Amino acid sequence: MPGRLCAIATAVRLVAVAVPAHAATIEITMENLEMSPKDASAKVGDTVEWINKDVFAHTATAGNGDFDVNLPAKKSATFVVKKAGTVDYYCRYHPNMKAMLKIEP
Amino acid sequence: MFVRWSAAIAAAILLSSPALLQGARAADKPTDPQIAHIAYTAGVIDINAAKQAQKKAKNKDVKAFAEDMLRDHEAVNKQALALVKKLNVTPEDNDTSKALSKQASDKLAELGKLDGAAFDKAYVANEVAYHKAVNGALETQLIPSANNAELKSLLQTGLKIFQGHQQHAEHVAAELK
Repeated sequence: MPGRLCAIATAVRLVAVAVPAHAATIEITMENLEMSPKDASAKVGDTVEWINKDVFAHTATAGNGDFDVNLPAKKSATFVVKKAGTVDYYCRYHPNMKAMLKIEP
Repeated sequence: MFVRWSAAIAAAILLSSPALLQGARAADKPTDPQIAHIAYTAGVIDINAAKQAQKKAKNKDVKAFAEDMLRDHEAVNKQALALVKKLNVTPEDNDTSKALSKQASDKLAELGKLDGAAFDKAYVANEVAYHKAVNGALETQLIPSANNAELKSLLQTGLKIFQGHQQHAEHVAAELK
């Protein structure tokens, strides 16, 4: 019994370690109408999390139409990247907010 | 809109004397309480324009744009109110605020006579022109004149927001054509 518990614990630990290695979460902050980092890199399957620290609503909208994520004031939202490529994105409400996401296969 | 300052600067440049230039600028430089009043008034004007557009606009992009203006300008003005309270500054009415308000009420009346696509087009065209004028005033007069660092910083954030609005309005205007 203790042996089985131990095995489960080890398995859980392995899974916990293995998951982030395959699918990371890339955090991008929106503050004072700037995305940071402006140029971010991710791999297909990774999660991109935009964190809006402004009191204004923003969006992360891909120029090529791949994503359009709404970010209400002081909220964050995520998107799992599915396609490789370099995507320029911007905020629909403030098109002067621009950034780039490089997605590797 | 900011005729007085612009005229003073233009005149000073024509006279091309550094002393005169400085004198003209100093005489017309708004104080922090005046700047706060001008910035807040400029926000209220766009909020009122957006409320009119919410009632009258037909095009869905124009309606959405008006909603964005309402949300952002209310958020900026909320921050402005919190800041003047914190700094214990009482916004001071002035000729620029009065001229802005007068011009805005004339515009509301003018747009009030229009309907449908004609209203949509005129509202968006005015939003482009209005944000352009406010951004010009922020860049050349209000931000450089602001003494308090927090007020300056709020105006700088405002400028970025309103530059975004100008671009957004330009996109909507282009779509309406």
